[in-house]
Amino acid sequence: MTTKTATRAGEPEVLELDRVTIRFAGDSGDGMQLTGSQFTRTAAVYGNDISTLPDYPAEIRAPAGSLPGVSGFQLSFSSSPIHTPGDQPDVLVAMNPAALKTNVGDLPAGAALIVNEDAFNAANLSKAGYATNPLTDGSLKSYTLFEIPISTLNARALEGLDMTSKQVDLTKNFFALGLMFWLYERSMEPTLRWIEDKFSKRPVIVEANRRALKAGYAFGETTEIFHTHYRVAPAKLAPGRYRNITGNEASALGFVAASKLAGRPLFYGSYPITPASDILHQLSGYKDFGVKTFQAEDEIAAIGAAIGASYGGALGLTATSGPGIALKSEAMGLAVMVELPLVVADVQRAGPSTGMPTKTEQADLLQVLFGRNGDSPMPVVAPATPADCFDVAIEAWRIALKYMTPVVYLSDAFLATGSEPWRIPNVADLPRIDVENATDRSTFHPYARDPQTLARPWAVPGTPGLEHRIGGLEKSDIGGNVSYDPDNHHRMTMLRAEKVAGIANDIPEAEPYGVERGELLIVGWGSTYGAIRSAVERLLAEGQSVAHVHLRHLNPLPRNLGDLLGRYRTVLVPEINLGQLLMVLRAKYLVDAIGYDKVRGKPFRISEIHERAEQILAGR
Amino acid sequence: MTDTIAAQTPRQPGQPLALTRKDFVSDQEVRWCPGCGDYSILAQTQKVMPDFGYPREKIVFISGIGCSGRLPYYMNTFGFHSIHGRAPTLATGLKAARPDLMVWVITGDGDALSIGGNHVLHAMRRNVDIKLIMFNNRIYGLTKGQASPTSEIGKRTKSTPEGTIDRPIMPLSVALAAEATFVARSVDTHTEHLQGTLERAGFHHGSAFVEVLQNCNIFNDGAYRDFTDREVRDDRMLVLEHGQPMIFGKERDKGIRLRGLHPEVVQLGHGVTEADLLVHDEGAEDPHLAFMLSRMWWPDYPVPVGVLRNVARPTHDELLTGQVEAVRAQRGEGDLAKLLDSGETWTVS
Ligand code: SF4
Repeated sequence: MTTKTATRAGEPEVLELDRVTIRFAGDSGDGMQLTGSQFTRTAAVYGNDISTLPDYPAEIRAPAGSLPGVSGFQLSFSSSPIHTPGDQPDVLVAMNPAALKTNVGDLPAGAALIVNEDAFNAANLSKAGYATNPLTDGSLKSYTLFEIPISTLNARALEGLDMTSKQVDLTKNFFALGLMFWLYERSMEPTLRWIEDKFSKRPVIVEANRRALKAGYAFGETTEIFHTHYRVAPAKLAPGRYRNITGNEASALGFVAASKLAGRPLFYGSYPITPASDILHQLSGYKDFGVKTFQAEDEIAAIGAAIGASYGGALGLTATSGPGIALKSEAMGLAVMVELPLVVADVQRAGPSTGMPTKTEQADLLQVLFGRNGDSPMPVVAPATPADCFDVAIEAWRIALKYMTPVVYLSDAFLATGSEPWRIPNVADLPRIDVENATDRSTFHPYARDPQTLARPWAVPGTPGLEHRIGGLEKSDIGGNVSYDPDNHHRMTMLRAEKVAGIANDIPEAEPYGVERGELLIVGWGSTYGAIRSAVERLLAEGQSVAHVHLRHLNPLPRNLGDLLGRYRTVLVPEINLGQLLMVLRAKYLVDAIGYDKVRGKPFRISEIHERAEQILAGR
Repeated sequence: MTDTIAAQTPRQPGQPLALTRKDFVSDQEVRWCPGCGDYSILAQTQKVMPDFGYPREKIVFISGIGCSGRLPYYMNTFGFHSIHGRAPTLATGLKAARPDLMVWVITGDGDALSIGGNHVLHAMRRNVDIKLIMFNNRIYGLTKGQASPTSEIGKRTKSTPEGTIDRPIMPLSVALAAEATFVARSVDTHTEHLQGTLERAGFHHGSAFVEVLQNCNIFNDGAYRDFTDREVRDDRMLVLEHGQPMIFGKERDKGIRLRGLHPEVVQLGHGVTEADLLVHDEGAEDPHLAFMLSRMWWPDYPVPVGVLRNVARPTHDELLTGQVEAVRAQRGEGDLAKLLDSGETWTVS
């Protein structure tokens, strides 16, 4: 949707756009993550709906100018609700040839391409593998190219400041940001305030960044190379108070909220690992909520300590990524055996092994469902969007505490680092979490069970008369003594399975979005929500017989799912893995579902899902 | 809404609760091989338990895997028989969440120094307030007789028919290197000494590492016989006493003197007097003396038993709780509504 707005003579025209997607790309030392997040904050506070996708290398500083060193930040902002950070950028800001080379392929024809002309020298061109200069060899003619000597202009704006030329060069991202603020009619105020806060102890840096930002803005205003600037009106979001939030931030807040709701302190054991470390950083700042954080010596110690804390009556939490789950598996099995509440968060990244630590993937599902010795059932929940992480983190704890079980909370790199506006909930509206500890010595048995939930009692040390012993060895039903009795092992294995399966009666039914029955049902889980939902919205608008079911509970699955799957001619399961949920659905429901798998370390595009659905609907 | 888990009873040493050894005996049948050194360790542990002033429900025994791992079942306290090598991690989390509890870790040479070596190092360096008792039988008993990280070089076992080629490590040297604040050694059969050592460990504030030389009469019988047997022990072992010169021998006629950087066994008399001997100082801030003692072994030296090191440092749970309390004193109790509604917010009406 574009609307032209009349402007006074001599001023650039203003175009009203519904949605814009921008990608900032540069060297990992160029500050692209900062630039992107500053634009995001500004757009969020302005009232746009937003969705972001940071994309950065795992190396802290890959060689300058090289292809592996390129860091990018894509954000989409809109005047109507959006679910994804955009398929393809409308604008690419490329700070050097390597950034251009690695990103230009994602640009649709006609997109705007803003490049830092100064960086296109022979050395950088060769590091990026360009034989000829793309700015002059005609290879970019399908885009609207803006060549701007950003480094030179920025250096001129900073003249007279007591800074080395290297320091000066480090501020050029603010020039680019200023230019984008002008182009999209954004106020510089939030960023100016941020600069002052952030560098308050270094007045020269404050001044340099201010000048860079303003110079970029002024450049847009005074030069005539841009004929148009753009306006994206605020979105009509549901009334309420909002903040922009990443998945990792929302997860940390959800865990703290669960601790408050349950009235039990949170203990967080963790070993640093990308992309989960931010949860540790964040939780370590919540000591006023009684949160105790423990940076363990390894992944196993992190979960061991969390189990110890849960045994003591706290909420024992640990978070990691796929490789860490592999290390924690034995201890996860112990938690299944001793039936203590525990949440294990897995912020998935591309695997196997070290894989691609900063890139997203959904390939740990089977690992967390089945990757333990013995029949070792664990509930698994997965948030769908960055903001959804808050609710699902609370849900993980609700299940863990009510059913006395370890629970896996399955996020991913895209959710963890991506962001969107979050409507801040009322604390009074959050779910209640009731927790009870066993105290009555006359009725206590370590493995007696609640007839409804099959949960065993939580008898914490310090309770007189309840001294008992638990552990990884099989225990007798009710009495809890070590038991090698064959029938007992069979019974206990069944009980553990039934307990987890029974949670299906305590979670919402799956609700299809779209037609109630018909041609195509697309089933997704986790961070693919946005792309699938957007594609289905589009298909429905085109009059197609299609629906979307998104699963937040992956074990157990919603009780009506089997019935739902049977109501559509075709079931399509798009996943960022090679068909893991697909395998579960086919096995459990004997449904001839088909998969759609991409493992590129990137989220699905809306168009990819849309196209695949169209093919299926057209009988191809 | 409160987030305290249980009322905190401060530890009150010297206030026995009129409990006896029997109160700490559980209803479980003890299932070690007859004649195993573990029986004695269990008995001495049960015996000293009433002395610490903790009620039974405030005491927790956490173990890993191995023959030693079964001990918690036999203690009528709270107990957690965890997985191989990981007991210190559970203990760390439990003690962090529940500073009011007395936490013991029961482990073996394989559990503590092989599969769980990393956790022992880090629990010690953090000074987690746990009493770690390592049963050292220099063999894998539960898996029926493979070499352990403390097995002597050249030892023939089921897994090393030509003899092990791996140099053993000295557990006490490891504990000292890991900054343990209390390091001691005793012997399963020296029951009085063992009791005294466990008692001192129990009263220590912080990480206590106690190596108990334990006989596995099935897979490594007589591992320590050469110097622990009644007839020879006085001449072949050095009982450490704080502030006392290092004297040993049935006739108390031998001592340890420092020569250069090495300990030297000397015969008292003929010009050598007590004044020439090393005086034991378990409280020395720097661990050099303790480290030297941790390297002494029969037949080159008498084997030292007793407390090698005992220094005071703040514990992990104290420091952790201290930080939480300090932040709370500064910011007040966290307000969830305020936390959610923080950062840059905006209102849509
Ligand atoms: S195998 Fe050895 S250590 Fe284990 S119970 Fe038997 S005698 Fe004791």
